[in-house]
Amino acid sequence: MAEMEVADKGGKKGPGVKKGKKLSTRVDLTPMVDLGFLLITFFMMTTTLNKPKTMEINMPYKDEQEQIEDETKIKESVALTVLLSKKHRVYYYEGMATDPENTPEVKITGFNPEKGIRDVIINKKKDVEEMKRRGQLTAKDKTTVLIKPDTNSTYEDLVNILDEMAINDIRVYAIVDITDVDREFISETEKANNDQ
Amino acid sequence: MPKKSTNVDMTAMCDVAFLLLTFFMLATQFRPDEPVTVTTPNSISEIPLPDADIMLITVDPDGRIFFSIDNQKVREDLINKLDEMKGLNLTEEEKKSFVIGASVGVPFNRLKEYLGAPPEQRDAMDKQAAGIPTDTLVTSERNELALWIKEARYSNPKLRITIKADAKASYPDIKKVIGTLEGWKIFKFNLITGLKAVPPGTAAYEEVMGGRKEE
Repeated sequence: MAEMEVADKGGKKGPGVKKGKKLSTRVDLTPMVDLGFLLITFFMMTTTLNKPKTMEINMPYKDEQEQIEDETKIKESVALTVLLSKKHRVYYYEGMATDPENTPEVKITGFNPEKGIRDVIINKKKDVEEMKRRGQLTAKDKTTVLIKPDTNSTYEDLVNILDEMAINDIRVYAIVDITDVDREFISETEKANNDQ
Repeated sequence: MPKKSTNVDMTAMCDVAFLLLTFFMLATQFRPDEPVTVTTPNSISEIPLPDADIMLITVDPDGRIFFSIDNQKVREDLINKLDEMKGLNLTEEEKKSFVIGASVGVPFNRLKEYLGAPPEQRDAMDKQAAGIPTDTLVTSERNELALWIKEARYSNPKLRITIKADAKASYPDIKKVIGTLEGWKIFKFNLITGLKAVPPGTAAYEEVMGGRKEE
């Protein structure tokens, strides 16, 4: 394969007959192909074909001068509070725990696709729809999720919960600072579960 | 029986090889060198990263912050301004090394030393770098990230702000970055994530499927 295919086949003319110096114009392309593929491999390795994807987030407008009153405008019945805690644990309760007399039931879940926070959100949405049908809420009311990441949660948890908002089509959500009351809820739930 | 030659004509194969080569050469975008390896979390979002005018804030697992913008012209403006403002006394060489360099993750008081170092040494410094100091409040004297962001936005107001953080970075570290952005009244920014499939049986899944049916 790797030869220059010199016109040497005219040997049949017999000995002593000098053949003309007619060289074939064919060139062996094997090394060129080798080189070509080497470069292809190099470019394939170094290239980033899939561009990174991004997730757009809009934080609520915040101003030091303006006092935030939005939180009180949300009805308790449409709200779901989600607390992100250590080891990717998720605590949640209905409402916003604005009434100190009436502590909500705090439950624990995770990001697992089965029986995780997703099911909780889907159920909450169903509940809100149900209440709208019964006329307890107006059409304007939307399921609202308050996300409160604790200091020992990770960025992954935050992205996961924001992703759940996109997955479950929750239009109204907010990332809020965690309060001491919420921390209390977490530690109480941990105690109740013997910190499992 | 005539003996068949084993010679194969390579011309066609060569053509294909070079065609592919040309394609990859044109389509390629070299991986920008990053000071730290960051594994981003995944989301279902499919919005691609814009091509130009990006400000990239990288947060590594230890919460160290690195800052970068893509446009060399803007980088030049930025370093000139910061040099003047902070009295860094950078030489032309050091400025040049910032303009063509990658992400920066050192406090201002070490910036001269960092930019003056040869590239190999800079890689080593990146490994131990403290990251750009930041705080939740923009007004804080310690918040150097706030100054970087502010000056970069003066140089190019169109900059899109993207945060590339490691999945293991802790929330308070992210909170500082977001807090700083909020302090400058930036409420809209992008988080760089990997791609994961939309789980079936959810609202987003139905939306995606519905969209496909209409097409």
